[in-house]
Amino acid sequence: QQCRHYTAGEGSSASKVVVAGLLTVSGGIGGTVLYSSSLEDYWGCLGLCLCVCVFSLEECNECHEHKEATAVHPAPTEPMKERPVEEVAARLAQQEQEEQDISASSLEDSLASSAKATLQAIGAQEAALQAIMQHTDKLKEAMEAEVLPEEKSNQWKDLEAALADRTTALNDARAALSKANESLDSLRSVIDESKGLKISSVRPLVLAAEENLHNMVVDLDKMVMKVKLRLQSITLKVTSGKLSTDDLNALIAHAHRRIDQLNRELAEQKVREKIHIDAALEQQKLEDQKALDSAVNTALQHVKEEARLDQERKLAELREVMEAEMRTQLRRQAAAHTDHVQDVLKVQEHELKAEAEQVLSSKMLEQETRYRQLTQEQLDNFTLDMNTAYARLKGVEEAIDSHVVAEDEARKAHQLWLSVEALSYSLKTAEADVPTVPLENAAQAVRDSCRDNDFALALASALPEKSLQRGVYSEASLRARFNSLRSLARRVALIDESRNSLYQYFLSYLQAALLFEKRQEAPPSQLSSEDLDPFKLLSYASYCLEHGDLELAAKLVNQLRGEARRVVEDWLIEARLTLETRQVVNLLSAYANAVGLGTTQAP
Amino acid sequence: MADEHARKWDRCLADTAVKTVTGLGVGIVVSFIAFKRRAWPLSFGSGLGLGMGYSNCQHDLRSPYLIHGRMVKDQ
Repeated sequence: QQCRHYTAGEGSSASKVVVAGLLTVSGGIGGTVLYSSSLEDYWGCLGLCLCVCVFSLEECNECHEHKEATAVHPAPTEPMKERPVEEVAARLAQQEQEEQDISASSLEDSLASSAKATLQAIGAQEAALQAIMQHTDKLKEAMEAEVLPEEKSNQWKDLEAALADRTTALNDARAALSKANESLDSLRSVIDESKGLKISSVRPLVLAAEENLHNMVVDLDKMVMKVKLRLQSITLKVTSGKLSTDDLNALIAHAHRRIDQLNRELAEQKVREKIHIDAALEQQKLEDQKALDSAVNTALQHVKEEARLDQERKLAELREVMEAEMRTQLRRQAAAHTDHVQDVLKVQEHELKAEAEQVLSSKMLEQETRYRQLTQEQLDNFTLDMNTAYARLKGVEEAIDSHVVAEDEARKAHQLWLSVEALSYSLKTAEADVPTVPLENAAQAVRDSCRDNDFALALASALPEKSLQRGVYSEASLRARFNSLRSLARRVALIDESRNSLYQYFLSYLQAALLFEKRQEAPPSQLSSEDLDPFKLLSYASYCLEHGDLELAAKLVNQLRGEARRVVEDWLIEARLTLETRQVVNLLSAYANAVGLGTTQAP
Repeated sequence: MADEHARKWDRCLADTAVKTVTGLGVGIVVSFIAFKRRAWPLSFGSGLGLGMGYSNCQHDLRSPYLIHGRMVKDQ
C-alpha cells in the first residue's frame, strides 16, 4: 500500500499549506519511531506521514497567518486612495486573524495531541505486533531448535517472557488505542466548536482538521484490524524441522505428557466445546453482527464524513468567492468614503487654517501694539528721568558755581577789606611832623584787590597823587602846625592886595599885638559877614581843630583872605590832602565793609 | 608858605641892613673923598641904603600881588 497523504482539498493554496504543515509535524514526531524500529514500509510510511501531517498542520497555520499578514501590509508608496482599502482589509484580516489564531491554536493543539495519541496508538499497535512476532519467532525457535534441556528451559523461559511482552504490548496497544480514541473525540469536539464560531478563514483549517481526523480514524481502525488479523494468523503458523533422540525422547515425553494433558483438556474441552462452540457460535454471530454493524457504521460514517466534507468544501469555495466579491465591493465603498472624507477634511483644514491665521494675526497685532506702548512708556519715563537728572545736575552745577562765585566774591571782598584796612592803618603811621609812608603800595594793593570793581577802582584812583607819592600828615601834626601858623596869620591879618606896604605890615603887627580874641570859639552853624574876621576865623578853626573837626577848620581857614590866606595856604593844602585821603579811605573802608558784610555768610 | 614869609622877612632885614651899611659905607667914602668928612653923606648913604632895602623888602613882600602884564601885538 502506498503512502497516503492527507490533503484538505484540491486546488486551494491554503489547503496545500496545511498539508505541508501536517507533513512536517508528522515527520518530526515520527522520526524517532521510524528509527527505533525495523519497520515494514507501511508502518514507517504511516508514521512518517502522520508526523509530517501534524507538523504541516502547525506550519500551515503559521503560513496561513503569514500569508494573511503579507496580504495585509501593502507597499507604503501606494497612493492615498489604495491605503484606506488596504487598511480596512488589514483591520478585517487582523480581526479574522485573531479569532482564527484562537481557534486555530486550539484546533492545532487538539489536532497535535490527537495526532500524537493516534501515532502513539499506532506505534503501540505496531509494538504489539512486533511483540507478537517476536513471540512467534521465539516459539518457533523453541519448538524447532535442537538444544539442551537447560537451554530448552531457558528458551521456554524466554518464550514466557516473550509471551509476557506480547501481553503487555497488547495491553499497551489497547490503552494507546483508547487514548487515541479519546483524543480523536476531543479533536472532533474542538472542530465542532470551531465550526460553531463561523469564521471564514478558519474553515479550511477546520476542513483540514476534519479530514485529518477522518483519516486518522480510518488508519487507526485499519491498524487495529491488522493487529487482530495478525493475532489470529499467528496460531495458523506451522513449524517443521529435524530433532535429536534425546530431544525426541524429551519431546515425546513432553509430548506424551502434553498429550495426556491435552487429552484431559480435550475431554474437558469436548465437554466445554459444545458449550463453548454454541457460545462461540453465538458470540461469533454476535461478533460478526457487531463487526458487520461496526464496519457498516464506520463505512457509513466515512462515507457520510466524506460527503459532508465535500459539501463543506464546496460551501467554503462558494463562500470564498462571495467573500472576495464582498471585499471588492467594500473596498470600493471604502475608497469612495475615504475620498469624501478627504475632501471634507481638506475643506475643514482650509477653514480652520484661515481662522487660526486670523486669530494669530489679531493676537500678534495686539501684542505688537502693547509692546510698542510699553517701549514708548519706558522711553518716556527714561527721558523724563534723564531730564530731571540733567536739570538737577544743572541746578547743582549752578549752585556750585554760584557758591564758587560767591566765595570768590567773598574772598575778593575780604581781600579788599584787608587792603583797605592796611591802607587805613598806613594812614596812622604818620608821626609828629612826619608824613605817613607813601600810600602808593597800599593803594596799589587796594587797586589789585579790586580789579573788577569799578567803584572801588574809581575810589582807589581818586586818591590824590601827593598822598601816594609823599604821604599825608596826620591831624595832630596839622593841629600843631596850625598853632604856629595862627600867630603868623594874626600878624599878617591886615595885608591883602590893596594893603601890602611895609607900613601895613607894621600896622598889622601892631594889631596882632594889641588885639586879643578868644583862643577857641565855637563856630556858629552859619557864618555871617562879621565872622569873616581873620581873628575870629582863626579862633573858630582852632576850636574845630581842638575838637578834631579838621574839615570845618579847613573850611574856616579857607575863608581867610589876603596875606593870611597866603600864609596858611600850605597848611590848607596839606589839610585838604589829608582830608581827601581820609575821605577816600573812609569810603573805601565803608565800601569794603559793606561788601564784606554782604558776602559774608552767617554760620 | 609860612616859612616863605619868615624867609622873606629874614632876607628883607638882611638886605636892608646890608644896604644901609653899604650906603653908610659909601657915604663915608664919599664924605671922605668928596665932601670933606661932612656928616651928611653918611646919613644920606645910610638913608639911601635903608630906603633901598625898605623898598626891596616891600617889593619882595608885595611880589605875590603884583600883576605882570604883557603886550599883545595885533597881528
